[in-house]
Amino acid sequence: MTSFASTLSDTRVMFRRNLKHQLRYPSVTVMLVGLPIVFLLLFVYVFGGQLGAGLGPHQGRHDYLDYLVPGILLITLASVVQGTAIMVAMDMTGGIIDRFRTMAIPRSSVLTGHVLGSLLQTLLAIAVLIGVAFGLGYRSSAGPLRWLAALGILALAGFALIWLAVALGLAAKSVETASNTPMFLILLPFLGSGFVPTATMPSGLRQFAEYQPFTPVADTVRGLLTGAAVGDHAIVAAVWCVGTAAGSYLWSVRLYDRRRAVQPR
Amino acid sequence: MSRAGTLAVSASGLRKSFGARLVLDGLDLEVAEGTIFALLGPNGAGKTTIIRILSTLITADAGKIRVAGRDVVTDADGVRAVIGVTGQFSAVDNLLTGAENLQMMTDLRHLGRRAGARRVAELLEQFELADAANQRLSTYSGGMRRRLDLAMTLVSRPQVIFLDEPTTGLDPPSRLTMWQIVRDLAAAGVTILLTTQYLDEADQLADRIAVLDQGHIVAEGTPAELKDRIPGGHFRLHFADGDLLRSATSLLPGAAADQDQLVLQVPADGSVDSLRQLLDTLHHARIAVERLTIHTPDLDDVFLAVTGSHAAGERDRDATTQGAAPR
Repeated sequence: MTSFASTLSDTRVMFRRNLKHQLRYPSVTVMLVGLPIVFLLLFVYVFGGQLGAGLGPHQGRHDYLDYLVPGILLITLASVVQGTAIMVAMDMTGGIIDRFRTMAIPRSSVLTGHVLGSLLQTLLAIAVLIGVAFGLGYRSSAGPLRWLAALGILALAGFALIWLAVALGLAAKSVETASNTPMFLILLPFLGSGFVPTATMPSGLRQFAEYQPFTPVADTVRGLLTGAAVGDHAIVAAVWCVGTAAGSYLWSVRLYDRRRAVQPR
Repeated sequence: MSRAGTLAVSASGLRKSFGARLVLDGLDLEVAEGTIFALLGPNGAGKTTIIRILSTLITADAGKIRVAGRDVVTDADGVRAVIGVTGQFSAVDNLLTGAENLQMMTDLRHLGRRAGARRVAELLEQFELADAANQRLSTYSGGMRRRLDLAMTLVSRPQVIFLDEPTTGLDPPSRLTMWQIVRDLAAAGVTILLTTQYLDEADQLADRIAVLDQGHIVAEGTPAELKDRIPGGHFRLHFADGDLLRSATSLLPGAAADQDQLVLQVPADGSVDSLRQLLDTLHHARIAVERLTIHTPDLDDVFLAVTGSHAAGERDRDATTQGAAPR
């Protein structure tokens, strides 16, 4: 077997392992997807009337739903990758990883397996959330191409966040830590254009909100789905995603190599 | 070296520190092909560190190490292809079933679908896990997990197997099963390097034993050679009353009497001649002996004798009470 074919094969084994873990632990997936659904309901039915009125004259709850959906989809990404960090940390604190490391398998395949598994989970979660949003009355004027582009940028952002979560999972000393450190990711869409226009924020917070990575992603998705101009948001979003993914990948590989090498046991 | 061609493991000048703590201090190790080699030592002696270095998990600070003729640093993947490792902590996937765990290994070893399935069935049978094959590991007992762990190691029929404390935490029947598995593997020509803190385990299994203490090998040899190094053998004679004990003591020079327990300890080399001589002497003097036991030096004596020199006072006291001879 060539080294490329064997890398592919080993990665597939790890991907399958990750999917089996997800199936054996369905409650985790339900919880991770449940959180953004609860947020969606909360923001549409509790805050939606008031927030919708703030969007402009003659606007209401229904208009706010249209504004909200990209933000909720980012929350969905941030929520699902909590599970990624936990899974990776569980792996690292167990003995199985040492077995893998004493076998002639490419070191990246273990991590790539996690990433691919989480990516599939992310896409499914996005589909569920869009379905729920449609059920609540969300409508988009976007054509298939724009939808595809929106899903593409969400997948790219998901990919970046998953690698970041892998690194956080590897860096965590325990599973408990790994379930806490990626929490800030859920907060970030709120401190951006995910839920309200950044223009309504006080200065200082507004500057942060405008320049943090979730904002261009939210703006790009919103633009694509409402049919508005996307402008250079898409490029900024893509640069953020690729940069985060690459940085997190390098960090992860480094952590994976170092892992346990320093433990005296 | 003349034996170089038949060495499964050779390490020289092995050195490793974790921070300021020196764990292995210029250690040499040679394991001949097809033999069982035991690393015996207390916790913290460096056993696990040696296994982790030899199995490419961590790198040594210094030293030349070859496993199955391959260098662990420059040809790590070559080493990984021919070794199997079962560590101290079970290296199994708890969310999968036994069969799925094994299948994952056959996939990662690229055995192919049909050969892989055959190997999985074979190993499940061999390790008496067939009934539990499709159960999740949460239902497995400690012994079953350890057997599965070893079965996963054996998927690719490794030439050299590292077993880090293979029976720690197992109940006596599981321990015996594990010993038999290790013997069967060695009989099939596999080289086995195992670590243990149980002296009887090393005695039972190993062709050669290295006693490890604080990063040094303090003694090495076959179990018999190690025991020969320690003069600790004696006969123990139990008497019915103190008069008999006193009479016997006066007859036998060098014997140590214990008045409370009515026991006389007679130093001896354990040979049949010395036993016959002892019994003759007692018979002629018409001294009745209630019971006689023969104490041959065991690895406990060896261990305490060779590691006692720089150990804590507690261990020295143990050595004294257990009758190990001074060095």
